[in-house]
Amino acid sequence: MSSFPEDLKYTPSHEWVRIEADGSIVMGISDHAQELLGDIVFIELPSEGAEVAAKAEMSVVESVKAASDIYAPVSGTIVEVNQALLDAPEIVNTSPYGDGWFCRIKPSNTADLDALLDADAYAKICE
Amino acid sequence: MGQRTPLYQQHLNAGAKIVDFGGWDMPIQYQSLIEEHHAVRQHAGVFDVSHMTVVDISGAQAKDWLRYLLANDVDKLTEPGRALYSAMLNENGGVVDDLIVYSMSEGFRLVVNCGTREKDLLWMQSKAPDFDVRIVERPDLAILAVHGPESINKVCALLTQERAAPVSTLGNFRALESGDWFIARTGYTGERGLELIIPNADAPALWDALLESGVKPIGLGARDTLRLEAGMNLYGHDMDEEVSPLAANMAQTISWEPSERQFIGRAAVEQHKSDQAAGKLPILTGLVLEDRGVLREGLRIVCDVDGLEREGVITSGSFSPTLKHSIALARIPIGSSNCRVDIRGKLTPVRIVRPNFVRFGKKVFE
Repeated sequence: MSSFPEDLKYTPSHEWVRIEADGSIVMGISDHAQELLGDIVFIELPSEGAEVAAKAEMSVVESVKAASDIYAPVSGTIVEVNQALLDAPEIVNTSPYGDGWFCRIKPSNTADLDALLDADAYAKICE
Repeated sequence: MGQRTPLYQQHLNAGAKIVDFGGWDMPIQYQSLIEEHHAVRQHAGVFDVSHMTVVDISGAQAKDWLRYLLANDVDKLTEPGRALYSAMLNENGGVVDDLIVYSMSEGFRLVVNCGTREKDLLWMQSKAPDFDVRIVERPDLAILAVHGPESINKVCALLTQERAAPVSTLGNFRALESGDWFIARTGYTGERGLELIIPNADAPALWDALLESGVKPIGLGARDTLRLEAGMNLYGHDMDEEVSPLAANMAQTISWEPSERQFIGRAAVEQHKSDQAAGKLPILTGLVLEDRGVLREGLRIVCDVDGLEREGVITSGSFSPTLKHSIALARIPIGSSNCRVDIRGKLTPVRIVRPNFVRFGKKVFE
């Protein structure tokens, strides 16, 4: 059974977003996504300082069974990347919402945040 | 709802993720494919492979018929309780299926793939009319495979005294019959282990007892990474009816002598032998990618052959949990070097190795 924390926002492509006090966002992939992917073996992360566009491909996750694209939930600049995932990608399977975070983004357009789904709306998509 | 083995409830009890596999509802994994893989390499794991097809062959000409049907020679099974791995070829020398054949006290037992069941049975029936042979499928039998360094001890601890002694000393590719249980030292993982072919009604209790004794349940996902590490082919991927056994790393499974044995496909594979010597038939080889990235089935390979650029393809590819990088089986032109795999548009160099990566838990290539 997947979990859908209420304090997070989500995208239809299975990314989660936590809006921080300083206006930046932290993101990762949902519990539902890591279950669908299976054991993750490599993660390609964007570089710090890179510009990303909402809904554009930003990262690639390789699991034993398939490679999957991860999409930027908002437009902005990557300000921090979770380097631990490069050597221990399996953290995303065991802690998708905690230690398995992907990166922190400084959003360039607050309207992107309004377009995100709340937990109930995302859970419905996953049914 | 697909077909279900006698162990379906056991899979649910163990928390399996069930998927459709050739029309069967089978466990792809329980908690983690990688942990299940390590459990087999380091301790012991049990697989439900009851979806595979068991076919018993009997009759006065059972042996003659199998010497006609199969590219390997059952004449090598000089007494009951021995096993052979063989291809079953069509007249063009393509592989209809790969299988294990066991000699029994009466007749022979074949274990063929699940996905090829109907095709194989029709094929066998069509090749039987001129022989005094009976072909009987055994859907009343389940198959549990228990593999890993501790597997044989774990199984023997659960057997009756009379069964445990001969099972504990069973040699590789040997089998024994004990009542209505058939126990063989064969498998698909590259580890020591046993395959137990037993009545359906006996399967749940044996499975539960194995789990209780610490043997881990292993899904089909880990079965695939284990067999790939062991360099073992998967029918429908590494070979099929359009592929010669000589282009599928199966040359050693063809028994050419005696030359009078006219097995189905003999003339065609004799020609394939010449073609391969002339460099006109591809080979199946191993590839490793020691950098980041995963080699996957279907990816295009670019190779150098005598100064020309030629192509190959990955037939099976995955991540090796034991080696912690990607490995693959690939069909490439003979004499290839400087192979690069097209991974999402980027030509990525890979190393050619013999198609065997891990045996008894250890890396076996340089």
